[in-house]
Amino acid sequence: MKDGIGAPVKRKEDKRFTTGKGKYTDDIRNDNQAYAAFVRSPYAHARVKGIDTSAALAMEGVIDVLNGQQLTGDGIGNIICGWAITSKDGSPMNMGAWSALATEKVRYVGDAVAVVIAESQALARIAAEAVEVDYEELPVAANITAAMADGAPQIHDNAPGNQIYDWELGDEAATDAGLAEAAHVTTLNITNNRLSPNPMEPRSAVATYDDAEDHYTLYTTSQNPHVARLVLSAFYNVAPEHKLRVIAPDVGGGFGAKIYIYPEEITCLWASMKTNRSIKWTSDRSEAFLTDAHGRDHITTAKMGFDKDGKITGFKIDTLANIGAYMSLFSSSVPTYLYAPLMSGQYNIQNIHCNVRTYYTNTVPVDAYRGAGRPEATYLVERMMETAAREMGMDPAELRRRNFVQEFPHQTPVLMQYDSGDFPKILQMAQDAADIAGFEARKAEAAKRGKLRGLGYSTFIEACGLAPSKAAGSLGAGVGLWESAEVRVNPVGSIEILTGSHSHGQGHETTFAQIVADRFGLPVENVSIVHGDTDKVQFGMGTYGSRSGPVGMSAVVKAMDKVEAKVKKIAAHTLEASEDDIVIEGGEVKVSGTDKSMAWHEVGLAAYVAHNLPDDMEPGLKETAFFDPVNFSFPSGAFICEVEVDPDTGQTEIVNFTSADDFGTIINPMIVEGQVHGGVTQGIGQAMLEQVVYDEDGQLLNGSYMDYAMPRAADVPSYSISHHEDSPSPNNPLGVKGCGEAGAIGAPPAVINAITDAIGTNDLAMPATPQAVWNAIQAAK
Amino acid sequence: MTKISISVNGESKSAEVEDRTLLSHFLRENLGLTGTHIGCDTSQCGACLVHVDGLAVKSCTMFAVEADGTDVRTIEGMANADGSLSKIQAAFQEHHGLQCGFCTPGMVMSAAALLKENPDPSEEDIREYLEGNICRCTGYHNIVKAIQAAAAA
Repeated sequence: MKDGIGAPVKRKEDKRFTTGKGKYTDDIRNDNQAYAAFVRSPYAHARVKGIDTSAALAMEGVIDVLNGQQLTGDGIGNIICGWAITSKDGSPMNMGAWSALATEKVRYVGDAVAVVIAESQALARIAAEAVEVDYEELPVAANITAAMADGAPQIHDNAPGNQIYDWELGDEAATDAGLAEAAHVTTLNITNNRLSPNPMEPRSAVATYDDAEDHYTLYTTSQNPHVARLVLSAFYNVAPEHKLRVIAPDVGGGFGAKIYIYPEEITCLWASMKTNRSIKWTSDRSEAFLTDAHGRDHITTAKMGFDKDGKITGFKIDTLANIGAYMSLFSSSVPTYLYAPLMSGQYNIQNIHCNVRTYYTNTVPVDAYRGAGRPEATYLVERMMETAAREMGMDPAELRRRNFVQEFPHQTPVLMQYDSGDFPKILQMAQDAADIAGFEARKAEAAKRGKLRGLGYSTFIEACGLAPSKAAGSLGAGVGLWESAEVRVNPVGSIEILTGSHSHGQGHETTFAQIVADRFGLPVENVSIVHGDTDKVQFGMGTYGSRSGPVGMSAVVKAMDKVEAKVKKIAAHTLEASEDDIVIEGGEVKVSGTDKSMAWHEVGLAAYVAHNLPDDMEPGLKETAFFDPVNFSFPSGAFICEVEVDPDTGQTEIVNFTSADDFGTIINPMIVEGQVHGGVTQGIGQAMLEQVVYDEDGQLLNGSYMDYAMPRAADVPSYSISHHEDSPSPNNPLGVKGCGEAGAIGAPPAVINAITDAIGTNDLAMPATPQAVWNAIQAAK
Repeated sequence: MTKISISVNGESKSAEVEDRTLLSHFLRENLGLTGTHIGCDTSQCGACLVHVDGLAVKSCTMFAVEADGTDVRTIEGMANADGSLSKIQAAFQEHHGLQCGFCTPGMVMSAAALLKENPDPSEEDIREYLEGNICRCTGYHNIVKAIQAAAAA
């Protein structure tokens, strides 16, 4: 049908966004509004000996200055990490205390020690400058190497040597044996560069306490408002859930950074109660660089063994991961269960062992950023494959083909059971689109112009829709990872979908309407989506990990099943027919093989007037469902990147980037392609431009867009994209696999493999800036 | 405080403002025109781009008092008189040139300025021109397509 599954329906939300009528958190204006500004530590590690607020409090228009002693004194709880990881010796992870406002120590530059509440934003900021904090500086460990060194400063007392856990997955002895029998072993030492997610809308919170009702309302830039409410209630003791409404209105991008509940939301809610004012805080970009959770930051050594035919015999990984100064909400799971289980890639590998040690450092917390663990795994696996192929003198595509998983379901040695796919076909699709046959001629032509042309592959798999909840729980997750939906058919026949998924750019208002339109034959205009408000939507786990399609939409489908059953009962009763003969088509409810029918809206009305319903039927037509998948879904793809490098300057241009992907069923190809474009661009950003840099004192050196290189329009090419839709996921009713993170997961190794192919050395770290590429060329001479 | 008068989207607006008030803040806080977004603090991201006397200006680089007596157009003033989307706005929707929508007002204003300067830009022209507008969602691919389509419309 026109607006159904598979149609490139134009987005319903775009009119407000293209006319400036979007409503983001910072656009909220409340009566009685005051503004918060945080007093932040200029030191990466220091003892807080005293806070003198007198000068700030004396300023006209300053309402209050509040500190961590007051916050903890009021019973506000410490910020927690919601995924318990157990070390291989059986000991629990060493989670250090994190108060929303520091009490005794600050542990990174930007750590908040106090908050100023004032009548204007400008005044609050000026007054924050006037708060005098007496710090005693302490030695700093600003990176993993410093944190794990002998005599390193102790960041949290309960984490000896700054280690949080020493965790493993897989069979080490079998892997060692697999490597011992290998005809060839490739060794890689690689760094996964630290990134700042940088959604374009900075984080913001507007908190309002209503003393008459003893009730709080929080507008916030969240990807998961119900999770925010749950955590704010159950762990931070801000208010019980029925006394706290969390609304995430239009949210300007998330990429993981807006999953977590940060000190600022907690503090604004509490300060609203303390001052009886509505409190607004909006981060500026400098504050975002200092305080938004960063991503990646791994150091890894790995070995992969191959037999004489190029079949993988074993893969052994030793990773060090930086968690930052505190454990953010899902930080512990990113370098463990979102990382090691992806080490089998698209390949049939019998023996894998992955050891991960994580460390505190005096830097901002590190947590999930688009892909979360899977980009780190994919970068390692795909650089390994390309490097091994070069060392063994094999075609890198052929080496991959020899090792591809061919049969599904496929059980890996690292927990995962792959659902479906066709890896050889997808690689062939990408090779055809990228005109691999013509590469040598293009390379020769480039050489005439003095340019080095290179080609790099990445054939990746990812895991979306983390599930089922029971399995997640057994691995330490503190939450279930299902999703809920309510389908409300109104008496006039229009439909509202209440979903626990949250759109912050993904286009749910359109795609979720499409699956309803498709099912009942209604125009998408008759379907609206309600999300992002804990007072409206029953519950929800939110949007991250590419879960809105595989999990969120599945809950909608499950609720529609129930609606359809009731619609059929009502129609059968009204039309005096058997339920089995009722069909729903094109907005009509018909008795099959007859001319008897009811319009869709007539069924809706019948349900609500309830004048003529079956005796045992309740009035109304709305159904709720919770969907807990039986397994992850496994999107996959093949990326091919072609670059030209100027050997005199190291300047690299991506001349062609090809994606062939398997996202299962595609609801809206226009939106899916948009997700790939954005994801690949972030992946190119990681590969060639972006890196957060702290100096050894823990000072952030590139905390603005003057210094941190975001991909801009001229840095990236237009993309060639194709989809393989013949391997739908069997793990959810629509067969969707998730598409939000694929680009960011698959692109970095494709880019680096292309550049290293061009310059003829494997020794190149991300980001491959012109200087880094030039240095690599010189070092290889 | 200084009294200023600015024509904003064809309407005359007068206000007393602090001298330090940026034009971006004046539009958002004093006039409630929240379509102009603030995405950075170093005049890099372009989310706050407006037209001042017909020229593209990042409104965070200009004090409100400097805009006294000028004619300012914001994203709220870009739709057709009947409320329908202008050709650039419609092209952004048609070609999926936006996702979260946060950079979009600046992108639309930038695209309008570009097409005034260069009615038939190449892909390279567009990518170079958008140097001052950062988008984290779209990878620019569909923004480029949208601007090309608007140019051809």
